[in-house]
Amino acid sequence: MQRTLTQLAPQLVTLAAVVLLVWVVFPGFLDIRLVDGRLVGPVIDILKRGAPVALLATGMTLVIATRGIDLSVGTVMAICGAVAAWAIDGGFGLGGALALAIVAGLVAGLWNGTLVAIVGIQPIVATLILMTAGRGIAQLITEGRILTFTHDGFAWLGSGTLLAVPVPAVIWVLTGIAAALLMRRTALGLLVEAVGINRRAAALAGVNATVLLIAVYMASGLCAALAGIITAADIRGADANNAGLWLELDAILAVVIGGNSLLGGRFSVAASLIGAMIIQTIDTGILLAGFPSEYNLVIKAALVLVILVLQSPRFAAEWRTWRAARAEPRPAGQVQEDAP
Amino acid sequence: MLTIRSLTKRFPGTLALDDVRFDLRAGEVHALLGENGAGKSTLIKCLTGAYRPDGGEIRLDGAKIAPRSTSEAQELGIGTVYQEVNLLPNLTVAQNLCFGREPRRAGMIRTRAMTRAAQDMLDPYGLDIDVTRDLGHYSVAIRQIVAIARAVALSGKVLILDEPTASLDAREVKMLFDVVRGLKARGLGIVFVSHFLDQVFDLSDRVTVLRNGRHIVTEDIAALDRLSLIEHMLGHALETEVADHATSHDAVIARPEMLTFRGMGRAGVVGPFDLDVGQGEVVGLAGLLGSGRTESAEYLFGLRSGGTAEDIKGPIPIDTPRKAIAAGFGFAPEDRKTDGIVAELSVRENIALALQARRGWARPMPRAEQQRLARMYIERLDIRTSDAEKAVGDLSGGNQQKVVLARWLAMNPRFLILDEPTRGIDVGAHAEILRLIHELVGEGMSLLVISSELDELIAVADRVIVVRDRAHVAELTGAEIRADTIVRAIARHDEIGEVA
Amino acid sequence: MTIRTLLSAAAALALTAGMAQAQVVGFSQIGSESGWRAAETTLTKQQAAERGIDLRFSDAQQRQENQIAAIRSFIAQGVDAILLAPVVATGWDSVLEEAKEADIPVVLLDRQVDSSDDLYLTAVGSDLVHEGQVAGEWLVSAANGEDCRVVELQGTTGSSPAIDRKTGFEQGIAGHDNIQLVRSQTGDFTRAQGKEVMESFLQAENGGKDICALYAHNDDMAVGAIQAIKEAGLQPGEDILVVSIDAVPDIFQAMAAGEANATVELTPNMAGPAFDALAAYWKDGSVPAKFIQTESKLYTPSDDPQAEYERRKDLGY
Repeated sequence: MQRTLTQLAPQLVTLAAVVLLVWVVFPGFLDIRLVDGRLVGPVIDILKRGAPVALLATGMTLVIATRGIDLSVGTVMAICGAVAAWAIDGGFGLGGALALAIVAGLVAGLWNGTLVAIVGIQPIVATLILMTAGRGIAQLITEGRILTFTHDGFAWLGSGTLLAVPVPAVIWVLTGIAAALLMRRTALGLLVEAVGINRRAAALAGVNATVLLIAVYMASGLCAALAGIITAADIRGADANNAGLWLELDAILAVVIGGNSLLGGRFSVAASLIGAMIIQTIDTGILLAGFPSEYNLVIKAALVLVILVLQSPRFAAEWRTWRAARAEPRPAGQVQEDAP
Repeated sequence: MLTIRSLTKRFPGTLALDDVRFDLRAGEVHALLGENGAGKSTLIKCLTGAYRPDGGEIRLDGAKIAPRSTSEAQELGIGTVYQEVNLLPNLTVAQNLCFGREPRRAGMIRTRAMTRAAQDMLDPYGLDIDVTRDLGHYSVAIRQIVAIARAVALSGKVLILDEPTASLDAREVKMLFDVVRGLKARGLGIVFVSHFLDQVFDLSDRVTVLRNGRHIVTEDIAALDRLSLIEHMLGHALETEVADHATSHDAVIARPEMLTFRGMGRAGVVGPFDLDVGQGEVVGLAGLLGSGRTESAEYLFGLRSGGTAEDIKGPIPIDTPRKAIAAGFGFAPEDRKTDGIVAELSVRENIALALQARRGWARPMPRAEQQRLARMYIERLDIRTSDAEKAVGDLSGGNQQKVVLARWLAMNPRFLILDEPTRGIDVGAHAEILRLIHELVGEGMSLLVISSELDELIAVADRVIVVRDRAHVAELTGAEIRADTIVRAIARHDEIGEVA
Repeated sequence: MTIRTLLSAAAALALTAGMAQAQVVGFSQIGSESGWRAAETTLTKQQAAERGIDLRFSDAQQRQENQIAAIRSFIAQGVDAILLAPVVATGWDSVLEEAKEADIPVVLLDRQVDSSDDLYLTAVGSDLVHEGQVAGEWLVSAANGEDCRVVELQGTTGSSPAIDRKTGFEQGIAGHDNIQLVRSQTGDFTRAQGKEVMESFLQAENGGKDICALYAHNDDMAVGAIQAIKEAGLQPGEDILVVSIDAVPDIFQAMAAGEANATVELTPNMAGPAFDALAAYWKDGSVPAKFIQTESKLYTPSDDPQAEYERRKDLGY
């Protein structure tokens, strides 16, 4: 536990800094109230709104750990949302709709994984195929319109609460914990890292790299399906044109802000989830601050740039050198704060 | 003309060049020979400015030089042509020849002047081609000659040809050699690197052999025969060793047969060959680089598929590494860095990897168990690391090799393939690994050892199979395992030589 | 080869059409990128059927070259008129000239082109600024002189509907100091963004208690925002007035439930006025104005929203 916290320290510090910044611009930021048995407040909104990116980032972390990338997740969200809405409208019931949507996500992942692991196409190209073509599939399902439905049970997944906490927040936290446990309590984490660092050496050591690669793309598809279900449930409709649009980029960004290398290898799901929350805090903070909307993307880009520069290895090295140089002449006995 | 004295180049963990000397006269072709890792390419990279030597000096026409880049070496007069031609196939021949010094007027390239200059450059080579066509349009041989023309025009004193004939057919080789002889007549000094011994004898005036980063011999080609050249390359002083090893192999020990391989390989790659391995037996695989010895191992471990395997209980499937591992096989590959270690993972994780892969993902090895395993092998193989959590990529080459060995020993395999187990490893670790091999055999493990080091094979092998020209050509057992017999089997050219 | 086959087939078609004595109109539609456009297609077909017009429909799938090819084919068929919803504004000169030489009147639907206006008969479309203005004026009357703090959900930043509908709304409320635009953010015309941005408005404005009305640049964002308002424990339509633009079926459903107060129609029935103008032109050659503005009709709960929903839900929105 102690060690995990130390490893996550840079991301936690960044999150705290971003929260502080938003709090300065919008003093009511940290207020949380209980209204009609549900928690209400900007922080709660972030936990809820961050669900799609957090879910995508969970799957994306695993894919990136194998030195891959999955550009199709935003599109898979749209497909799965469309499948779920279509199934609800078609009277399959909640269970049927969820099952079909999740199967759709897994099939999408199987497709990506097969192209990468068996056909041997570069991940960025392989997943680009589904990214481009998939939205057309989603539009075919919705017939090009917003496919609305009325089903309180399904809508609860998007906007309901469980013990006063928004359901989407519960879903991403549980998914994240499940993924982290699955990776660290079994040997999957080690095997995924080995394949990401050196696929050939791992295969020679008997690691079933092909199956493992397909599995991580399927995991990513599953996470995208959950995100798509939440998004559709949230607006009580499947919007094939807009659901998950460009979210794959936010998910990749979350993984990177989480300190995971795009070159694969060592990974941390928890760090990516914190990365997702950092991004969502920035997004929500911009909305709360009330700047004209023309500035939204500029502010976001500037903050992300600052975060990535501060996290860069070179900057960290310089910072340690500078601190060491400053710490030298201090009189003995003086307490030094020690930021890890 | 070119003189190199006491050249030394150190890499972390290895001494790539150790007090090497080399001379090149004007108007000679000087072959540079050695097995992989002997230091040929390091020497060339020092000459062309790609590496900075750690010690020694290079003199060109008596003046001390220290090129810091390829272009600086070119300005000094040293040009290089590699096997993979370093020109741009999508530019025209003329553009390639004049690249970087195009005739210009007011900043604009004068195409016609460039075409004429290019034709002038190619004239001495008797090459009549359309220089305005893309280079990629022409054959590799012509590209080589264009590259030579460019290197000669730029440098003009020393020309280094690094494996220039690897992808040429016989006619093209002849064409290239005519060009090289012409340059020789013009007074250039030519360094010729090749592992085709026929070509070395055909073209060279003198030969220098390197082994393990050391200078072994420099001799007129006329004073050497094939056999002695190979002896120099593989490093064996015949007279001293023969008696020594004849004693240790005086009897062929009968062993219970454990594994039989039939029809391994595929035409064009290696074989097909048959192989029987007894329990506790060490089979050595000898042969020059590129002879097909590594490919043989790849068939045995399921990296390539072809052939069948059987043990006393019946057929065993080995068409993928996973199946081979399930059958109790292990493989420590030749290229540790790309095929062996997982650099960013810790020593502990690297050792546990194969065991974990066999247990399956759902049954993780407890951390304590992994640590126990890592501690045990760190001690047993004397792996030098600050602790088991250090990334393997940070260890020296010899210790990386021990980690790969530990990974397989942890599996307790019945048949372990070691491809060049001691390459690039310092002397101490070398001895430890040989000792370890003896120990494993004592425990009943069967081994296949591939090595360029004859001493090593003779020291460990019960039986030596010689691979030449992509086929298993000889099998030596017992007292037959001597350096001279092995070298003869490797060297035997078209004529049939006697194998002891 | 194929072109010749096509032409002869087209000629045969034109011949049969001529014998049936019905007017033949070609319609080159952009595609079906949105529900609104699907509804426009459906309505155009309906209008043609009602008037006994033989409509030749061509879906260009968002490509101008497909549209140009369709128009040439219509000309070759000798149709009596062409309806064109142009995918882009430029590059129409030559094909419009061909139509003019063949004496076939062209009517532009809902989008304009950059060609000289003597190359087409007329253009039917809505006025985006006017739509915003109608919404603003409705709010002025609804506020009835009391102070009202308004939040605005803009369309995609920089798009012409977003700019014009904002301008129009500001014109509509100009001179009424009791109405104050306090927050304005983009919701990208999507339901999900509309909901998310509305949530932040609610947080920023005292849990929504300080907001009197919401103005959304399209109905989809309003539908998302209505859910956000409900989830914040407020009653949309009462605690916060909701006015938006487009009049898609879902907003009528909300209106029927008392959760939305007004929507300004961007009618997908561009074909009705177009066919009217064509009928007059065919009858006595009377040339209509160069721009026919469709009505920006305001719908409120008094317009029987449930019936409006039923009427629209099958148009393909």
